[in-house]
Amino acid sequence: MDYVLIIVLEMLRAISWLVLLASGLAIIFGMMRVINFAHGEFLMLGGYITIMTHNAGVPLWISILVLAPLTVGLFGVLVERLIIRHLYGRIIDSLLATWGRSLLMIGGITLIFGNTVQGVSTPLGGLAIGDYQVPLYNFVLIGFAIAIMATTWAVLKFTKAGLIARATMQNPDMAETLGIRTTWVYMTTFGIGSAVTGLAGGLVAPLTGVVPSMSVNFVGQSFITVITGGASMIAGTLSASTLLGTISQGMTFATGPVYGDAALLLAALVLLRVLPQDITGRIFKKSL
Amino acid sequence: MEKTLAKDIGFYVMLCIGLAVMFVGPVVWDLFEIMQITQYVVLSVYALSLAYIWGFGGILSFGEAAFFGLGAYTFAVASINMGETTLPFALSFILPAAFGAALGYFMFYGRLSDVYLGVVTMVVTLIFWKLINHTAGPEYSIGDARLGGYNGIPSIPVLNVPGDPAAWLDPAQMFQVFMGILIVVYVFLRVIIASDFGRISVGIRENETRSSLLGYDVRRHKVIVFAIGSGIAGMAGAMWATYQTFIDPNAFSLEMSAKALVWVMAGGVGTLAGPILAVILLQWLSLKLGTLHILNNYVILGAIMMVLVLLLPKGLLPTIKALTLRLWFLGQSRMTSDATGGKVPSDV
Repeated sequence: MDYVLIIVLEMLRAISWLVLLASGLAIIFGMMRVINFAHGEFLMLGGYITIMTHNAGVPLWISILVLAPLTVGLFGVLVERLIIRHLYGRIIDSLLATWGRSLLMIGGITLIFGNTVQGVSTPLGGLAIGDYQVPLYNFVLIGFAIAIMATTWAVLKFTKAGLIARATMQNPDMAETLGIRTTWVYMTTFGIGSAVTGLAGGLVAPLTGVVPSMSVNFVGQSFITVITGGASMIAGTLSASTLLGTISQGMTFATGPVYGDAALLLAALVLLRVLPQDITGRIFKKSL
Repeated sequence: MEKTLAKDIGFYVMLCIGLAVMFVGPVVWDLFEIMQITQYVVLSVYALSLAYIWGFGGILSFGEAAFFGLGAYTFAVASINMGETTLPFALSFILPAAFGAALGYFMFYGRLSDVYLGVVTMVVTLIFWKLINHTAGPEYSIGDARLGGYNGIPSIPVLNVPGDPAAWLDPAQMFQVFMGILIVVYVFLRVIIASDFGRISVGIRENETRSSLLGYDVRRHKVIVFAIGSGIAGMAGAMWATYQTFIDPNAFSLEMSAKALVWVMAGGVGTLAGPILAVILLQWLSLKLGTLHILNNYVILGAIMMVLVLLLPKGLLPTIKALTLRLWFLGQSRMTSDATGGKVPSDV
């Protein structure tokens, strides 16, 4: 019984992990169909800010919940204004530019902080379930994954800003004709997506520590989740995370963590072959 | 594009330059220079693989390093096991090409868009990098060759004369062989591009829907183009492995994929000579900048990439071509301004 509970919790944790990693990327991709190839470096930036400010004396939770999202969000707005703005509609150029920025950020952070791992100890102890010990931090991850999804859904569904965002997603030209400044919508979305990514980076940092090249461990998972889920922010991210999280966690249970990612990619490829219009293009057509 | 290959002067010029470097090079350069230039030759072959699939097939791969690394590891494992290098070298083309065809089947028959293509190819590279990094233990060995994980595979054999495993090539001979391979790859690609098949793939690059409406099988064409490119990248990997006599997981790194992209972007998408030029220029530049120890490779690569996208989207060779043509026409039209009306042709 305890063992079953543990497995369920581990599955939930794996799913939440993917949701956290992918949601910032999904918000940006859903709005402007641009994959931010520097996503991993935004995560890294969030992680660095968390660790650095915490080491400078700021309480950990403030670093994670306030400073990381705020800084990375502002950084995202800056990047959007300076670079991405010029490249809307030029898909390939925007991919290349974001990737160039990603390399630049890895190099820059390496120059500043050096190529060493820095970290803080994971907060909150463990919870005993029968003979097993579960880190309480796992529940924090699950909670935040749920919170991010719920907030995004509520904002899109019930607020005026959400209505404007949905209109811009559906038909940018028409939205512009009706007096909406779509460039501002894009800028805000990019900022919010970056902020969510920064938050995810902050949450990940106590678990993994930070190092300039840390993104290679995360971008694969987040990219796969987003392209499998497709352009709808919530239904896509949730369905893809659930499916892929279950597969990769199952694979990890069976063979160890190395093949988890490979299984994830294989599953995504097969899925994209079977459902070329990704999950939400086929199944949840009308969802957010 | 109306020009046939046989009438293209640029093709013969490139061929002559290549042959001249191949035969005169070892005479005039010292050993260190030969080693250095051999490196450019290997990387040029690698750059050509992406130049072909991106410039003439419209396939933007962010994971060229996956095939480069696959070729390198194939060569390393096979040559250590077989004790000679001819068959392993062939395998280093065949295996990546087969893998490219398999991956291409999923991507192109799934009709993935450019964005997805970039993501999938990049993730494939990442996963290769991760997997190979985890093979440090002695249980991960294929025959006599231990994969070695992040330590890499040392003492990879130097190329030998086919059929005579004891006759190793010295650096000058290796340079000539590699230069020969570069020339063969260049000619091979030019011939393919000039053939009906190449014309169709350029048509697909220009407009996929129109090509398929004209009755061409877009998906099959793309898979073949991708497989050829992957095979060439794999071969470049094998050349790299035998040149260094060592290979480690960095062959699969994102940096390696990014380099190929930067070379092709800098040289000009849709040219073959441009990327070769870019390899020489940028490798030399990063060597010089690297010795300064202020900037690391990532900063240099990233900065070059962003500058190219934002300021020089067409690449060096086409920009130079356009500029000289424009100057040429300006001079001409000034002399005979009434004849042309002083109009500068905009599409050159």
